[in-house]
Amino acid sequence: MAITKDDVLNWIRDFAQVIEENHEMLTNLDREIGDADHGANMRRGFKAVLEKLPSVEDKDIGTILKNVGMTLLSKVGGAAGPLYSTMFTKAGMTIGAKMEMDLNDWAQAFEAGITGIAKLGKALPNDKTMLDALYPALNALSEAMGNGASPGEALQKSADAAHEGMLATIPLVARKGRASYLGERSAGHQDPGATSTYLLIKSAAETWTDC
Amino acid sequence: MKKLINNPEDVVKEELKGIELAHPDLVKVFYDPDFIVRADAPVQGKVALVSGGGSGHEPMHGGFVGKGMLDAACPGAVFTSPTPDQMLEATKAVDGGAGVLHIVKNYTGDIMNFEMAADLARDEGIDIESVVVDDDVAVEDSTWTAGRRGVGLTVLMEKIVGAAAEEGRSLKECADLARKVNGQGRSMGMALTSCTVPHVGKPSFDLPEDEMEIGIGIHGEPGRHRIKLEPADKITEMLLEPVVEDLPYKEGDEVLLFVNSMGGTPLIELYIVYRKAVEMLEAKGIKVVRNLIGPYITSLEMAGMSITLLKLDEDLKKLWDAPVKTAGMRWGM
Repeated sequence: MAITKDDVLNWIRDFAQVIEENHEMLTNLDREIGDADHGANMRRGFKAVLEKLPSVEDKDIGTILKNVGMTLLSKVGGAAGPLYSTMFTKAGMTIGAKMEMDLNDWAQAFEAGITGIAKLGKALPNDKTMLDALYPALNALSEAMGNGASPGEALQKSADAAHEGMLATIPLVARKGRASYLGERSAGHQDPGATSTYLLIKSAAETWTDC
Repeated sequence: MKKLINNPEDVVKEELKGIELAHPDLVKVFYDPDFIVRADAPVQGKVALVSGGGSGHEPMHGGFVGKGMLDAACPGAVFTSPTPDQMLEATKAVDGGAGVLHIVKNYTGDIMNFEMAADLARDEGIDIESVVVDDDVAVEDSTWTAGRRGVGLTVLMEKIVGAAAEEGRSLKECADLARKVNGQGRSMGMALTSCTVPHVGKPSFDLPEDEMEIGIGIHGEPGRHRIKLEPADKITEMLLEPVVEDLPYKEGDEVLLFVNSMGGTPLIELYIVYRKAVEMLEAKGIKVVRNLIGPYITSLEMAGMSITLLKLDEDLKKLWDAPVKTAGMRWGM
């Protein structure tokens, strides 16, 4: 399997479209336990990413992802900005100047991105954050690959795990981010960050399934 | 919800344009990245104060840019932390060679974005110190939360430290002063209504007519508790008691009492609250020697109020009284 730089570009464009279609849903989730800006922030960020992409279309995967990271940093704001930015930047740095990658490369990059988020945001599992979708996704990906699943299957398992992780945030009491101010009142609501990251993983799985 | 806006996506840009046109004697406005600096920046040899945060809290922070207070303010999208490039450019624009102090409210996004900006500014050779404001007693400061929110005390800190910088104190002195202020200020807020974020178009939470939220922040999120509506005096007790007990403020202390409107609550009601707060403090032997009453750190049009106490000493009183000339606060010049 080979995920080319065009496949990476397709993923980003697809996710930007997914955000465009789901920004109100994300805002509504954020309205329940936050300040109702996640949808608008992600939308603004990825609109800017779409505008940036043409200038890096011919570059290697690392450069593309690092540019996505830089654009998000200056356009998204809030906590999501630096966290999403770090994920893309660290992933890009890990992949480096490759024009195509295999699933092993992606798994390493994904892990580096998640490690970056954990270091920056200092969240732990079950704090009710984006990591609660990302950690399960990474674990499922590694496990499936270890069990000899095809790349397409492994990516699907990763997306399924992200989905479950997103839903698993519902009963959690938030211990990080704005939702944590609500204490017990944050329980019973799905985390907006876990939701947008699930959509990101799902988009990757769908875009790369035939690579 | 009716709002006096045009396209929701243009709210911040149009506001900045209005500020630029209204106060050319006080500030200069820059766009992309967006930030506001005092008209005479950079002031050579003076520590520069930079703060910022989401829009929607006006006059904080843009309305506090000018002589005696902030050198620069960075406005994010409504209720959204500004981005590192904003703080970096603002810092460079006001750097007068004596270092720059970042005043950062304790929110996950603010902390991260300001930290990144500080690192970038240091890479460019600017001396940066950062101070975090975390005065909200409604949130338990623990490993189980994102820590106490930076709320009302921020306004008082910007004024007091602004005066110190204007006086010519060093970066270290200003940073120490800011941390001292943070250590002796406490706040708590409540809401009678929610607020409506422009791009959302509906209230951030639904609050029945006979209920109120206690222990709110400034971003339209729900508070710690939702309870039945009480009269003003009871509400004042519910906020002031925890604030007093948290430090604690003691008999003989001199304080600044700041009764703040969240935006929608009118002065007539703030004065009712102020009266009760003073009565309570006097009964405890705590002397109110300075005050601030009005909408200074708001959440759009939310009806509600917050109470902040700051323990004062001779130096802090002097700095509070020092002249200030900004759009949102002006005395002595």
